Amino acid sequence: MTTVTTRRPGARRGLATPWLMLFPAIVLFVLFFAAPIVYTLVLSFQKSQVKGLGLGSGGRSTVFAGLENYVSALTDADFLASVARVGVYGLILIPTMLGLALLFALLLDSKRTRAKGFSRVTIFLPYAVPAVISSLLWGFLFLPSVSPFFDIANRFGITLPDLLSGDAVIVAIANIALWGGVGFNMVVMYTSLKAIPTDIYEAAKLDGASEVQVALRIKIPIIMPSLIMTAIFSIIATLQVFAEPVTLKPLSNSISSTFTPLMTVYRDAFTRNDVYSASATSIIIAVAIFALSFLFLRVVQRRAFGGEN
Amino acid sequence: MRSTTRAGIAATIAITALALTGCSGSSSGSSGPVELTYWGWAPNMEKVVDSWNESHPDIHVTYVKTDAGEPAVTKFLTAIQAGNGAPDLMQAEYQKIPTLLASDAIIDISDKVADDTKSKFSDGVWSSVTLGTDGVYAIPQDSGPMMFYYREDIFDQMGLSVPTTWDEYAQVAKTVHDSDPTKYLGTFSSIDPGQFAGLTQQAGASWWSSDDGAWSVDIDSDPVKKVADYWGGLVESGVIDNKPQYTPEWNAALNDGSQIGWVSSVWAPGVLAGNAPDTAGKWRMAPLPQWDASAPATGNWGGSALAVSSQSKNVDAAVEFSTWLNTSKDAVDQLVSVSGLYPADTVESADALKTPFEFFSNQPDFYETAAEIADTVQPFTYGPNVNVAYSAFNDEFGKAAESKSAAQFAAAVEQMQKVTLADLEDSGFTTK
Repeated sequence: MTTVTTRRPGARRGLATPWLMLFPAIVLFVLFFAAPIVYTLVLSFQKSQVKGLGLGSGGRSTVFAGLENYVSALTDADFLASVARVGVYGLILIPTMLGLALLFALLLDSKRTRAKGFSRVTIFLPYAVPAVISSLLWGFLFLPSVSPFFDIANRFGITLPDLLSGDAVIVAIANIALWGGVGFNMVVMYTSLKAIPTDIYEAAKLDGASEVQVALRIKIPIIMPSLIMTAIFSIIATLQVFAEPVTLKPLSNSISSTFTPLMTVYRDAFTRNDVYSASATSIIIAVAIFALSFLFLRVVQRRAFGGEN
Repeated sequence: MRSTTRAGIAATIAITALALTGCSGSSSGSSGPVELTYWGWAPNMEKVVDSWNESHPDIHVTYVKTDAGEPAVTKFLTAIQAGNGAPDLMQAEYQKIPTLLASDAIIDISDKVADDTKSKFSDGVWSSVTLGTDGVYAIPQDSGPMMFYYREDIFDQMGLSVPTTWDEYAQVAKTVHDSDPTKYLGTFSSIDPGQFAGLTQQAGASWWSSDDGAWSVDIDSDPVKKVADYWGGLVESGVIDNKPQYTPEWNAALNDGSQIGWVSSVWAPGVLAGNAPDTAGKWRMAPLPQWDASAPATGNWGGSALAVSSQSKNVDAAVEFSTWLNTSKDAVDQLVSVSGLYPADTVESADALKTPFEFFSNQPDFYETAAEIADTVQPFTYGPNVNVAYSAFNDEFGKAAESKSAAQFAAAVEQMQKVTLADLEDSGFTTK
């Protein structure tokens, strides 16, 4: 650091300073972000080859595989089914989650709502619970014979559906993600609602607009950028769903080891001890997430930010 | 200020030098005790290790308790792949030994193991650590011969007799569920491939075999189909539950008497004591129901051996400790009394196994019966991709159990065979 503060005339100092300042960030970025990605890319083009019975040392070697791992991932029926499954999951989860978040944010922003601080914290709190813990908690609640919900419903003669069997398990997983995700998205929307200047509301009031009209015609259009941002975050999180199904898996017959794309990556890397296929699948998922987010932005960009240009 | 800095630098150099010599030094060269690390998950194993450390000042063992089974293997293989961080000694379930060996994670210790070690174990157990080769890849610790557990009090109440054949088991299952629809004699669990493998072992199956330097996969053999068909039929008719074991729901069912039987293994008393504490003294153990009553047989579910990792720098000390832990009278006594295991060493464990586990105090001859059953364990060979076959079991039998259709159980066997064989071929193993 002493070299930076040394006063020496000339233009060189000005050139070196930003690099010196950036140095720690660049080192961390390269070490923990760029290098692992490059390593994953390298691994994805290799495979492990065994000779004979494969027992004893030297029975295994690493060879170049070309695009083999990519081809087998993209033609794997289980993997494609898992992609379709998270698609359905996203269609259930994202509209419900963002709809509820928006509803809560608007309610909290409304002048007539009472106990705002308490409600805000209560809705946000589930976000602070790690996904594994919340999945364990919900897992107990979904098991018919130990769940208090089923117990209470039975007393009224109602039989609740078993969410851990059959296709309904997607609803169970979406339910957990919904419980954890609404709070976060609500806070993002609520924060941008708070940034709207109040004179707009006064003008609307003078024109005779009702609360609902203010919400639909003023608030929602103004906070559109944060709605889009939360939608992108949600799309990414949907494609990466992992902790909830993995935690529920031992409780259900209906969650396979390739239930979601990331579970396939985990199974290949750690159950099958094949990091090469797992790397290729990870790269495919990363590219897909990038493409989807980019596509979504392109589609909504004009509507969201058109007014600013 | 300057002198402290200099002292600091000197100290750093000294420590680095020490660390470097520590890395390259062999067990005999450095002063102080040899340090070994040991990963495992047997209950209270740290107490057994402590007693070694007290009596053996020259070899110090650090026990690290890991998660049981699959996660431990994952962690171990990751450390092996990383090149460092793996322990000297690793608890390895018998079925994982070929996988660990194929990943270069454990080593052949045949030239270090004493000659009389082999004589302490039954041939079946010993063959699962040699894999039928001249090598020795681990020292057996405990074994898991399968047995049948049932609620004696409820059997008496309902006037049931203990099933000795699988036909009788099916009848009892039907009687139980027909007379009280909330009760089941058992469940078919799609998350326990080891249990299913053990049941097919009883019927005479061996999922893999190696011959002339080539592997074959025999999951779609007749005994496996027979067992899958049998359980598929029970699940389809609804007399057996189709929910997985080891869920909070299953624990509650064991505890409140909705599950009144369990096809399990010699270690079941420990699980029952933990998961169904209200049922102490109400269970009884019997041999598994048989396919052929004139030729009693059983399979294995669980059981582990202790392997030396390929990263160990103190192989001699590791083998010495492992031999003590698994074949000395002192340690084997503790494996029974402290850890509650059923030792693989049949010679040294005879005395320790006289009194049953407290939870089964109503069955004083528990271990006598267990020893008779253990003698009937059928041979079984595990292949190098047990992990793939087991995860295929989870997926395929999960679907089958959910569909409650016997035809799906048969399809699951075919699919397991296909997935397991294809994986061996893709990895480059010689197969036939």
